[in-house]
Amino acid sequence: MNHEPMLLAAPSGDVLNLRPEGPWTAANVVTLETLSRSVGADVDRSRVVTLDMSGVSALDTLGAWVLEKLSRRATSSGRSAEFVGVADHFSGLMDEVRQVNRHTPAPTAAPNPVLARLGDLGKSTVGAREDITIFLQMLGALFMAIIGVLRRPRSLRLTSLVYQLYRIGWQAIPIVALITFLIGAIIAQQGFFHFRRFGAESYTVDMVGILVLRELGVLIVAIMVAGRSGSAYTAELGSMKMREEIDALSTMGLDPVDVLILPRVAALVIALPILTFIGSIAALYGGGLVAQFYGDMGPAIYIARLHEAISVTHFKVGILKAPFMALVIGIVACSEGLRVKGSAESLGRQTTTSVVKSIFLVIVLDGLFAVFFASIGM
Amino acid sequence: MDAAQDEFAIRVRDLVVGFGRQTVLDRLSLDVRRGEILGLVGASGGGKSVLMRTIIGLIPRRSGTIEVMGQPAGGHGRAAATAWGILFQQGALFSSLTVRQNVQFPLRENLVLSQELMDEIAIAKLEMVGLRPEDADKYPAELSGGMTKRVALARALALDPPILFLDEPTSGLDPIAAGDFDALIKTLQRTLGLTVFMVTHDLASLTTVCDRVAALADGKIVAIGPMRELLQSEHPWVRAYFHGKRSQMLQHEMR
Repeated sequence: MNHEPMLLAAPSGDVLNLRPEGPWTAANVVTLETLSRSVGADVDRSRVVTLDMSGVSALDTLGAWVLEKLSRRATSSGRSAEFVGVADHFSGLMDEVRQVNRHTPAPTAAPNPVLARLGDLGKSTVGAREDITIFLQMLGALFMAIIGVLRRPRSLRLTSLVYQLYRIGWQAIPIVALITFLIGAIIAQQGFFHFRRFGAESYTVDMVGILVLRELGVLIVAIMVAGRSGSAYTAELGSMKMREEIDALSTMGLDPVDVLILPRVAALVIALPILTFIGSIAALYGGGLVAQFYGDMGPAIYIARLHEAISVTHFKVGILKAPFMALVIGIVACSEGLRVKGSAESLGRQTTTSVVKSIFLVIVLDGLFAVFFASIGM
Repeated sequence: MDAAQDEFAIRVRDLVVGFGRQTVLDRLSLDVRRGEILGLVGASGGGKSVLMRTIIGLIPRRSGTIEVMGQPAGGHGRAAATAWGILFQQGALFSSLTVRQNVQFPLRENLVLSQELMDEIAIAKLEMVGLRPEDADKYPAELSGGMTKRVALARALALDPPILFLDEPTSGLDPIAAGDFDALIKTLQRTLGLTVFMVTHDLASLTTVCDRVAALADGKIVAIGPMRELLQSEHPWVRAYFHGKRSQMLQHEMR
């Protein structure tokens, strides 16, 4: 039963007798392909090919197809081929295989690579416009939802809002505090290390204070929130879209923007300034620790220097940016979530897009704010 | 022993499966004969899918033995993959691969063969389950429910396994598509000499394609035999299942 499949070829004049033997099954596919290739030339030379199937001990679709292909190779140029001695329990399979692969679909012509590249460029240009439209639509829908809530405060989904605040605010505190603490410490260490060379160590505190409060605190926290919570929003809304939950909501007369998106975006807008505040304090604390253990500057001096170096303005500049960044992250995350199509791959792609896009927009927004604050002298 | 090995494709003895404190299958025994189509019925949540998944090796068992083609079943390694094909309820097609690649996946992973032959086999399988070669380059997201099931069946059959597991193959299909699918399973079973283990609620499938039907209730097989015999069964759950209002109506129509 278990021996190798064989193919005995007996050419006699114009007639070729092929006698497959043994198990012609998928498990022996390597042998089968070699065998069928080895008799190819003989098949092409003969006018009549007979395949004597009586020696075949086992047959599956793959084996049957390899044999059928041999016979088709013979018949393709007007010669003849026939199967003889097909056992009863193989005949159904042989008949089935005889019908398959009869017509090949017309191959679609590969597009001109230059044109395809140009086409992609055009598509992504139109896509960018579409992105902006979607962003503005979502902003408008959110605005309408807020007006609706202001009209009827009871329609605010308070439970959902509190739950989202807990998830993206409260639960994010440890990691946000840890990372900003480390960043503050690193900046202080770099400051002491490089400023020491020209005796300006005490200005390290100014640098840490201003940098953290104005830029780094809010930027680092926003980027972390975009990665941590923005991606979660996209994946959540995307899988809801895939399971038709969002359609179900709409058919019940509820607006998904009211029910799902407003609480999420509002939670981000509330949580991000708080996280920014916590993050900035953690960074200043990290800087202070480095000042004591690396810069030989006691806590009292550090705090006094900080008091001189920074003003409420610096704090305001940082914290004012936070809600706008939150809004951008929330809108991008939710609208990307709603763009998820049926497949798991699309969910992954949309989540990636969401994180990349929101981090990009957060940095662009930060730049615009820098220009704005500089021009009003803050 | 040899005779028994030849006769049965799957032998389950005293199988116990449970989750936490709950026992789903309680000393269950079941034999599936070679070359038959066995239908398994049972209450929703009664353990039908659990039984199927335990045989396949997806769920660990507490005790009991399972033999597949005379070999003790042990997990889901490469050897097991060629022993059976499985049609999951939702198709479980890989969404990042095209239809053709889905069907080729088991071939590519288990055998060494040329791309040309692999393409031809994939198209052959697709045609055998009633799809057109033009469908081969579509992605699963672009398929209708019936087509998804057919592609999943083609993938399950890619390696010509001797045993085919079907989890509610006709659920979610319209009666015409379901009937076609039943006929397809019957045809393929005959041509390829398959043993088919089918979990289903579809009374029409049970009557038309299944050689035997097993009824699962209270974690045990309470009745097994051809549909005719099961209709005569005295077990209260089996009676309720086949002689309930819905079933009566159907059977009346069929007469």
